[in-house]
Amino acid sequence: MVEHGDIRVVHRGGSKINSREPVISSDSRLLLCASGECVKVFSTSTEECIHDLRGHTGLVTGVLLRPSNHLQAYSCSADGTVRLWDFTDGILIKVHLPPPPPHPVFAAHPNTAHLYIVSAKGLQLEVYFFKKQKFSLKENNKKGRKNTFTCVASHPQDDCIATGHEDGKIRLWRNFSHKKEYTYSTLHWHHSVVSSLCFTPEGTNLLSGGVESVLVQWRYNQESQKDFLPRLGAAITHIVVSPDGALFCTSHSDNKITIIQSCVKVSAIIQGLVKGESLSTDLMVDPRSKAMVLNGKPGHLQFYSLQRDKLLFNLDIVQQEYIHQSGLQQFEVVKAAFTASGNWLASVEERKQKDAELELNLKLWMFDEQSQSFVLNTTISAPHEARITAMCFCQSTDSQTTMLVSTSKDGHFKAWQLATPAHTEDDGPSWSCDFVGAYHSLVPECCTFSADGSLLAVSFQEVVTVWSPSSWELLTTLSQPPGAIRDLCFGKLSCSKYLVGTTANNLLCCWNLLTCALEWSTSMNTSLLLADPLSENMAAFCPQAGFTDLFVFKPNEPRPLYSHKAVCSGNVTRAVFAPREEMLDSCEESSQWLNHSQLYFLTQCMVNPTNTKLSKLVIDDSIAMTPFHLLLGKHRGQQQQQESGQDSLSAERTPLPQGSAAIKEVSSSFLHV
Amino acid sequence: MASYKPTKITVYPKLGEKVTQDTVYWKNYKAPIQIKEFGAVTNINFSPVAPHNFAVTAFTRIHIYGPFSHEPVKSFTRFKDTAYCGRFRSDGQLLVAGCEDSVVRLFDVNGKVALRMYKGHTKAVHVTDFTSDSYQILTGSDDYSCRLWDIPNATELNAYQEHTDYIRCGHLFSSECNRTSTFSQFVSKKEHRSYDHTLKVFDGRVDKSVMTLDHGQPVESLLLYPSEGLLVSAGGRFVKVWDLLKKGQPLVSLKNHHKTVTCLCLSSNGERLLSGSLDRHVKVYNTTSYKVVHNFDYAASILSLALAPNDESIVVGMTNGILNLKHRKNAEESKEISGQQRRRPSYRVFVKGKNYFPKQDDYLVSKPVKQHLAKYDKQLKKFNVSKALDTALEAWTRLKKPEITVAVIKELDRRGTLKNALAGRDEQGLSRLLYFLIGNLFDPRFAPVLVTAAEMILDIYQSVIGQSSVVDRQLLRLQEMLEREIDYQQELLEVLGMLDTVFASSLPRKEVPCSAISKSNGLTQGEGRLQLQAT
Repeated sequence: MVEHGDIRVVHRGGSKINSREPVISSDSRLLLCASGECVKVFSTSTEECIHDLRGHTGLVTGVLLRPSNHLQAYSCSADGTVRLWDFTDGILIKVHLPPPPPHPVFAAHPNTAHLYIVSAKGLQLEVYFFKKQKFSLKENNKKGRKNTFTCVASHPQDDCIATGHEDGKIRLWRNFSHKKEYTYSTLHWHHSVVSSLCFTPEGTNLLSGGVESVLVQWRYNQESQKDFLPRLGAAITHIVVSPDGALFCTSHSDNKITIIQSCVKVSAIIQGLVKGESLSTDLMVDPRSKAMVLNGKPGHLQFYSLQRDKLLFNLDIVQQEYIHQSGLQQFEVVKAAFTASGNWLASVEERKQKDAELELNLKLWMFDEQSQSFVLNTTISAPHEARITAMCFCQSTDSQTTMLVSTSKDGHFKAWQLATPAHTEDDGPSWSCDFVGAYHSLVPECCTFSADGSLLAVSFQEVVTVWSPSSWELLTTLSQPPGAIRDLCFGKLSCSKYLVGTTANNLLCCWNLLTCALEWSTSMNTSLLLADPLSENMAAFCPQAGFTDLFVFKPNEPRPLYSHKAVCSGNVTRAVFAPREEMLDSCEESSQWLNHSQLYFLTQCMVNPTNTKLSKLVIDDSIAMTPFHLLLGKHRGQQQQQESGQDSLSAERTPLPQGSAAIKEVSSSFLHV
Repeated sequence: MASYKPTKITVYPKLGEKVTQDTVYWKNYKAPIQIKEFGAVTNINFSPVAPHNFAVTAFTRIHIYGPFSHEPVKSFTRFKDTAYCGRFRSDGQLLVAGCEDSVVRLFDVNGKVALRMYKGHTKAVHVTDFTSDSYQILTGSDDYSCRLWDIPNATELNAYQEHTDYIRCGHLFSSECNRTSTFSQFVSKKEHRSYDHTLKVFDGRVDKSVMTLDHGQPVESLLLYPSEGLLVSAGGRFVKVWDLLKKGQPLVSLKNHHKTVTCLCLSSNGERLLSGSLDRHVKVYNTTSYKVVHNFDYAASILSLALAPNDESIVVGMTNGILNLKHRKNAEESKEISGQQRRRPSYRVFVKGKNYFPKQDDYLVSKPVKQHLAKYDKQLKKFNVSKALDTALEAWTRLKKPEITVAVIKELDRRGTLKNALAGRDEQGLSRLLYFLIGNLFDPRFAPVLVTAAEMILDIYQSVIGQSSVVDRQLLRLQEMLEREIDYQQELLEVLGMLDTVFASSLPRKEVPCSAISKSNGLTQGEGRLQLQAT
């Protein structure tokens, strides 16, 4: 443990900023929102993150301005503390311990003028008066009506409560202080769930939003008049109005906060890392902007700055009007690849309907120097008959022709080449199919080019076939049964004669391509194998009993340069080597592999106590390895679990002291002959 | 807030002929003029001087036509038998022609009677030409000989008798190519072809041939590039190009016709080569890449071909005695046609206010660019799906741009509202939809989208089948076409299977060197020198 003590895991970002509704400061200049373990303070005019209020060790579950001092804010967290901050300077003022119970309510609105709290859950609407007894109302859900309450808002001056319903209706309840004599009126514009409601501070307008991603502004008492702000990008989850009523702020399901000036103009967009339902494209690094690229909003690729934890831009791949309707099958970007120079980007989008055939498009984008963005060059509709399983560009920088290889479930792999058309002079070069290959009608799973582009390896289940891209000859086949090949990587630089593959059957194999023989192999269950583009090193992630281990090795020797037990809990789904801006020159063997690049990986779960313990063990001189985490649906369950009592937390902490012993044991068993 | 993204209309690659500069150039001719001659038109020759009359040799006559008249301005009829190869001298004053009766006649273009008769050949004379110095005549005949005559004296200067078969074409070099040699030494070189499959290059100063090229087929026509470095010969189905400066090395052999190539011609700028053939086509080649860039079709087998200077007209003579003339459209005419297509707003409207440049102190108010949407897009934006489909099914769009209709149907399908848009139509609306399906369902570009739509239509309207005769007839027609298409696809699959068998048996089977390796890369882990990690 001591020899690689200077390497530690750092949470880099990508946390959700739309999990809780944001708070706008009283002067409308700053915006506070809970983001993972910290509270972020943004400027409403420049979209920049001004402060990170760090200190909580659990998820931040709520942020509130201090009513007595508008320059201070409270935040409560799943770690069981409430902290008071001066958010303009980013200073922690006070920590309350033991805490008042953290926000458990589904939605609550203290009404200062009339002193009641209204709460809605399921089919039940309850109004708790501070002075009188509570008023309770139960909707009947007969005849299949979907009128479950989804959100509530109370009018700041009048005795009026607005509730949103699952069927898209908004009801305005009045006169509920007198029992049984309540009245209500219904507003209907939304076609599906109303997810958020908000009154403006004077109570003149009611704002509502839902999955249609349209912000609707209803005039209070003149409900037939309404204004719309359409195409906000994604479903609205929260709506907040600044205390002076000048700014509206909407959080969206794609991890975005939009700041709107008086319902007419979008003035700023704060965008976090978008996490779709599935991360189908691998993590990639754009060679030009050094930004990490992955699929984000439906039909878009997002370029995400690793240094600044900020979304740089979205590239619209599908270029179609997005229809906000739940249950509609959308086009998804499923694969993407960059050339080594970053001049070309290939993307695959697909849409699978229930009873129709698969719609598949392969698009090739050229980087335009003038507009500094990618411009669509070629669209190939239906490049394959079935799903594309892998795609890669020829990585060599010196070769004359650019080549792309795609493998598909239809049992073929195709090579696409850039060619200038013979007849028309005005058109630029475009892409066309160069070769279609198959091997015994097996399904190709992954493909990779060697570092100099002279060899192409395509794995067909258990068999690796090696092809020559210049003549399209099958050079040799390598196989290591049983178990289908899961990942393939060519060695780089001095190790370029090696081909490393992992199989589904817990085997890591390294073949020497000069002798066409197996150089070494080891039995380990590798979920992810990736090669550093700037050095010979390769990283392998091995899930073991709920945790994931990381091994870094060079293909020429079957000995790990570095191993890290239990890098994180859960499975590492995707990872990428990102080149460093400036090279480090660390001489220590175990940390040398981080000289050229940093390793980023994406975990499924929220930070857990094991990680915090580990970071205490290491020496904090260099922040080398930096994974970032994403908050998923799981964390809610975890959070509730922690709310229920501290014993579960302590139960998780107990196994830690044994960690180092276990590591020793596992590392000694690694790579046995 | 992003703007509305319009429906994407897929651009399909254009089928058929591509529009290139060449097609534009060679299509820019007026409708042809057909003139009936007395027999097969064997030769056409343009006068080198303005107004570029041309001599047409057909049967026993030579007609001279003016550039625009469709009646002969002059005819020479004093031939006893079939005339051959009427050619102008470089000053356009004299015309020479051979004849089946072996006599070569020289005419003044203004006279009627032959000025001179050259007798000496024993058989029909098919080739006549003036030398570049204009004082001599070269003739080639079926008596296997080739003779050089002095014009004023009508005496035979030289005879070349190396060929062993009929001489059917010949070409004279100009003196230009031997500029380096002194004037007194040089007369000219002559080039001959014959039915003995050979081309021979003769030097006028010596009696023997200096070069012999083997074409492989009876040579029908010869052509020399203006630079005189390259020689083109046509014979059989081949057009061959020879490099004379490299001792007659064959440069390229073109096989684009499927019958004998009979005539050759160069465009006026020398960048395109034309060849006419008995297969009724004239092909235009690029003389740098030797690819066919254009093709003309004619009604009968072509025997002769000529291009007026500046490519002003193409004249083609055919075996059935028809002379086909095509004149180039002049600039106004071609412009007029494009102007008729659409009247555009005047220039003034476009530049209105655009040519005002802000001064230094001016405050610029930027105006948002208005997005122009097609009608169906506007309706789609408002979620009026049925109306959008109606718009896309309007007659003009449906017939001229079916890809727009298909794109709208695809977009509706993507939005999940195609069923709503298709439903609730009356007889007229439904028959319009079915009509569109009948026309386009079998287009492979549209089939994936339209099959989905067709299935939905059948699902929706199956209850009303039998109520309208129009709809029923269209449904029956659709069914009939589907069955035909299925049969067709089956046949195609059968052909594919046959071809696969043919290819599989013709390709040599290549062994992949893997049998030797499989032993060593099997599960023998022992050789991998694995080490324990020392921690």
